[in-house]
Amino acid sequence: MSVDHSTDSHGHEHPKHELSAVARRVYAIRELLLEKGVLSEHDIRCQIEYQEARSPVNGAKIVARAWTDPAYKTRLIADPKAACLELGIDATSINEFVVLENMEKVRHMVVCTLCSCYPRAILGRPPDWYKSFNYRQRSVSDPRSVMREFGLNLPDDVEVRVHDSTADIRYLVLPLRPKGTENLSAAELERLITRDSMIGVMDALPEVPK
Amino acid sequence: MNESTAKFKPGERVRVRFEDRPGHIRTPWYIRGKTGSVERIHGEFLNPESLGHGGDGLPKKILYSVAFQQGEVWERYDVTQDKLVVDIFEHWLDPAN
Amino acid sequence: MARGHHDVGGLAGAGPIDQSQHELADWEILADAINQALGAKGIRRTDELRRVREEMESDAYQGMSYYERWIASMETILLEKKILTRDEIDRKLAEFEKKWGEP
Repeated sequence: MSVDHSTDSHGHEHPKHELSAVARRVYAIRELLLEKGVLSEHDIRCQIEYQEARSPVNGAKIVARAWTDPAYKTRLIADPKAACLELGIDATSINEFVVLENMEKVRHMVVCTLCSCYPRAILGRPPDWYKSFNYRQRSVSDPRSVMREFGLNLPDDVEVRVHDSTADIRYLVLPLRPKGTENLSAAELERLITRDSMIGVMDALPEVPK
Repeated sequence: MNESTAKFKPGERVRVRFEDRPGHIRTPWYIRGKTGSVERIHGEFLNPESLGHGGDGLPKKILYSVAFQQGEVWERYDVTQDKLVVDIFEHWLDPAN
Repeated sequence: MARGHHDVGGLAGAGPIDQSQHELADWEILADAINQALGAKGIRRTDELRRVREEMESDAYQGMSYYERWIASMETILLEKKILTRDEIDRKLAEFEKKWGEP
């Protein structure tokens, strides 16, 4: 039975004989699941496409809109999934979605110490560092040192709240709008809103990067 | 969501059970035995301890976000007002008396 | 009963956070997609996958990369649920390896 290999190459091409013993098993598993009809090519392709459509660009749109439209921000915080849908962003796969609003005297930071839970439906895949042991270990016990590594130095009168997403809740940090950005367009504002600012390890950029 | 069935209310002080049992537990080790305040009631969710072993996750359990003073979780934590918020299931919480 | 090897919040000895990002390889994207597809079809629950990963031998857990752990966990679940056998996977892999060969 010939199997369509159109789902084979979507990333960095790695000569297969160089893969580790564990890594190469995924190809055998894939072939067997297809042969046995457990999954179809379409099932796999759909997931690849679903994932490719998700990135921090979605989050930046949501945040920029919240910055410029106070009524939207209220709706976003009250019902994040519905507010995302208003912008055509589908967060329905998240069981419970919570938006954490940063303020002058409050910063939120998100981690999953037990594994790597992350709002994938909005932001796409988590960065490697988010999944690292060092982040998972230090974020709960010394968040300020983590923020310093990302360039964020907070005075002691700012409250830092770390959220360990251990269960069904997925968190998105709503970063503070930087001062002096009143005249920026939506597109420019979106460029200030980095993925890392929506995880909470840093603030939004103060000005549009060159 | 039936908040009226929730055992604890926002603002209530709760202590996380210190249990050391096998299974797929989503209550991190570092928070067991610690006392915090309920911030938010998230409603009922399937029990991961059952799901992890192929169970159906029933009965559902109430999930809370509980806020802890960092200074009460770690031996050394210098900034008084910092908090640690952990999502914990009701069956891991007792009233803090 | 000891603290699980995955339960790392607050453990001492953590170093600086490596902020470099690797571009995902084919096999990683595939592992991710197959895993999500199995979930979408209700063949495995997210918590089952997590549980399997937690039950892995510590050495194995520490020694594998993120997606390698996913592949190993996925295989364990598929074997547990008798959807595939280890023999089948080994044999299929051997077939592939003949084709892949050396450059």
